Amino acid sequence: MSATEPATMIASTYREAAREGLRHALEQDPRVFLMGEDVGHYGGCYAVSKGLLDKFGPERIRDTPLSESGFMGAGVGAALGGMRPIVEIMTVNFSLLALDQIVNNAATIRHMSGGQFRVPVVVRMATGGGLQLAAQHSHSLEGWYAHIPGIRVVAPATLEDVRGMLWTALEYPDPVLIFEHAPLYNMKGELAEDAGPIDIDRAAVRRPGADVSLITYGGSLWKTLDAATQLAMEGIDVEVIDLRTLRPLDDETIFASVSKTHRAVIVDEGWRTGSLSAEISARITENVFYDLDAPVERVCTAEVPIPYPKHLEVAALPQPAQIIEAVKRTLGQND
Amino acid sequence: MNGLDLDRDHGRHLLRQMMRIRRFEEKCAELYSATKIRGFLHLYIGEEANAVGVMEALRPEDAVVATYREHGHALARGISMDAVMAEMYGKQEGSSRGRGGSMHIFDAKTRFYGGNAIVSGGLPLAVGLALADKMQGKSRVTACFFGEGAAAEGEFHESLNLAALWNLPVLFLCENNLYAMGTALKISESETDIHAKAASYNMQSEAVDGMDVVAVETAARQAADAIRQGEGPRFLELRTYRFRAHSMFDAQLYRDKAEVEAWKEKGPVVTFTARLKDLGFLDDDALADMEREIDGEVETAVEFAEAGTWEPEADLLRDVGGERGVS
Repeated sequence: MSATEPATMIASTYREAAREGLRHALEQDPRVFLMGEDVGHYGGCYAVSKGLLDKFGPERIRDTPLSESGFMGAGVGAALGGMRPIVEIMTVNFSLLALDQIVNNAATIRHMSGGQFRVPVVVRMATGGGLQLAAQHSHSLEGWYAHIPGIRVVAPATLEDVRGMLWTALEYPDPVLIFEHAPLYNMKGELAEDAGPIDIDRAAVRRPGADVSLITYGGSLWKTLDAATQLAMEGIDVEVIDLRTLRPLDDETIFASVSKTHRAVIVDEGWRTGSLSAEISARITENVFYDLDAPVERVCTAEVPIPYPKHLEVAALPQPAQIIEAVKRTLGQND
Repeated sequence: MNGLDLDRDHGRHLLRQMMRIRRFEEKCAELYSATKIRGFLHLYIGEEANAVGVMEALRPEDAVVATYREHGHALARGISMDAVMAEMYGKQEGSSRGRGGSMHIFDAKTRFYGGNAIVSGGLPLAVGLALADKMQGKSRVTACFFGEGAAAEGEFHESLNLAALWNLPVLFLCENNLYAMGTALKISESETDIHAKAASYNMQSEAVDGMDVVAVETAARQAADAIRQGEGPRFLELRTYRFRAHSMFDAQLYRDKAEVEAWKEKGPVVTFTARLKDLGFLDDDALADMEREIDGEVETAVEFAEAGTWEPEADLLRDVGGERGVS
């Protein structure tokens, strides 16, 4: 097949694409292994690692006890010891039990040791609401991690990204946290048969537009694109930026877009207060303030623990209707 | 002698190592008062037999994970006194470029992985280092030091379980000095026999007199040998005592002076000095020579640290990790 020929596309879900990324990494590098709760015999809490135990065996698809801090720290130690561990924490909510190892060890050891040691550990976890899992399984805390120097935080929203970011993260010599948005696991799409590693440096413009910049990531990307489609029918042409990497932020792509459209709406499933959306808003006003024609708008999760009933969960999370309203406010089109 | 062949040279070596740590730390206390050393300073004085005895059982390819009270471990492991003193000063000639200070000594050459100042935070790291060795087919031991206070933390239990479950080559070394800062073991644990906790995770575990360097070395050698044979993790509870305050900000309201004095009589340096003299391995002249040499080493280390340089502010962000386009 020549380079110019279009790739053969195959049907895939986000889950299958994530699994394909794992399979590829395990085949490519004998130092790679997956470790976490129920990754092996159960097949993965969200069935991402289903079938990998049979293929790679229990040493490399390693079930752990319910010891988030213990196995997270073991991942840091194994990385120091020459392996390339992938630690799976079932959800970001459980990762709070492993914060000591992530924040006090993984993020600090390179700098604190004067650059003598590197910690090439990759941590995967599910994040996000929308599955009626209530207040201990639905929160989006990736913005907290994006606060921490010493770690890289990525959030794949597309099949290509969830397939390709893992290998790039494994090649990276420092800790990388990958946040997979749980409601996306069943998302269907098409993935190139030869899809492979993909950069974890830059934001992506998912929809070019002239009127307003919509800045988002993860599960909110699809709600934002939905809002963009509806706005287009009303003649409003928005640009949608998928951040992809939450730390370090790709300021260049954000500022270029805002300088062009002169308006920005940030859509973040985290809470508003002290959030990633606040950080992005601050950077826009610090750097491209004089390009703005309207105040920066934010659409975030309501400041409540996310409730169980569907109607309240929907009300708590960012939705296309709120995004559309925010866009119109920046254009002075609201009442 | 419990299988340890204590001859004159080895006896003097053990004493010298303990005295190097003692003199180094006495100088550190002075330098702290002189404000040359800042931050927290946790002295190991009274506990030297543990680091010295254990390091004798380790090989260069083994790994060490220690705590914030780790000057003794670093020196006994073979990191130069110059590099450790410069680290105390925060100079870039220090073992961690001065970035860690007293609590965060790291050294790649001797596989010394800190210097961890979160109680029990080093145990999961040790499990991972040992897991990496096992998966790579390397016959190496990871020695993990921590205090008895760590036994109250979840990471202690998670780590012991993982190490035993996966049969990993970890040597767990609990230095039980009876006080977690100012909280006595008896008012913080329902089971004060720490080695019994380890035994409950199906690993061989024993209590050792941590004031006796020969007893520590003997137990550590036996444990390390078993670990190298693939017998899985071992646990030693080293019963010891801290003669000085927890750190330089501690009025020691939680213990009687009489208790401290009673333990000092069992001190590892004083008792082992007497023992070597009894055995005819040491006389006053040899001891004076040894003290003079060690004082010289300490003075040289202070001069090295004094002459050291500050890391330029321009390098502040170097080696943070997670940056864009850096690998």
